[in-house]
Amino acid sequence: MTATTTFWIIIVGAVFTYLTRIGGHLVLSRFDRVHPRVEAGLNAVPAAVLTSLVAPAAMEGGPAEIAALATGAVVSFLGGGMMTIFFSGGAVLIALRHFLS
Amino acid sequence: MSAECLAEPRPSSYFLSGVRESIPITLAVLPFGLLFGALATEHGLSLFETVLMSATLYAGASQMVGIELFDAPIAPWVVVLSIVAVNFRHVLYSATIGRYLDHWTPLQRAFGFFFLIDPQFAEAERRMENGRRISFAWYMGLALPVYIGWVGESWLGALFGRLIPDAHAFGLDFILPIYFLSMVMSFRKRPLWLPVVGVSAIASIIAYRTIGSPWHISIGAIAGVMLGALLASTATKEQEQ
Repeated sequence: MTATTTFWIIIVGAVFTYLTRIGGHLVLSRFDRVHPRVEAGLNAVPAAVLTSLVAPAAMEGGPAEIAALATGAVVSFLGGGMMTIFFSGGAVLIALRHFLS
Repeated sequence: MSAECLAEPRPSSYFLSGVRESIPITLAVLPFGLLFGALATEHGLSLFETVLMSATLYAGASQMVGIELFDAPIAPWVVVLSIVAVNFRHVLYSATIGRYLDHWTPLQRAFGFFFLIDPQFAEAERRMENGRRISFAWYMGLALPVYIGWVGESWLGALFGRLIPDAHAFGLDFILPIYFLSMVMSFRKRPLWLPVVGVSAIASIIAYRTIGSPWHISIGAIAGVMLGALLASTATKEQEQ
């Protein structure tokens, strides 16, 4: 692709990306009241989207990757905070990749 | 909650607490910024185009998809469509947190939503869940270091990409899934958390295997949101009890 085409793809892609970032709010703010089901659906957004980002990566991963995510989940259930989850999962990943390879 | 509300801190202290909370995000994103810069140069993007892409699109996954497609023999609008497909989930983000931003001016909203990336959304939601207000100062304190880091890393990655050490051995390539998992777990006290996570996981994996990336993100997300909406009445009853 030519340099101008690349430039315009970036610009148009950026404009559309911005529209996705503001669009949900623009649509929803037109309504005076939010239906309880819409409300409940929106409350499910963080878990739903973040899970969709993780799950395929976990499926594609080997034993080290799955063990790292499992460690993070267990640490979280034991009451660990974000940073603890982050570093314990990372430590398991690095250790297992080192020993399994 | 009580003492904090009475004291009414200044915007600068909100901004600084946002900056503090941005540190783990900046760390998690760092290898990807460098990697994006390095890969973009490898795919023939100029230094200007690489930095421009990070500064204007500011969406890691869609930028990776974009540079993969720049060398493919396809029409430019297909590249744009693919970028939009990866970023479609943001519609849900702004609809979700927009509900809490009535105290922002329209200009603050127009500006703030530009920075609404995955971790920005997740941190804002967590703040709401803990019963704290999303002030514009806090939001920008969280957003700006991550944004500046991302643009700077793309630039460094483009310049010095060949010097990046073995990302696999240090676990850098898998740091983002671990980060996202910790965010998923932080919402576990919400009603319907487990069924939503289960349905989204299954739907996104099936979509990933059949239709393929990047559609699995939107499909998995919509499946979980639909379930949340469908089971709404049951969840409200449980909460009331």
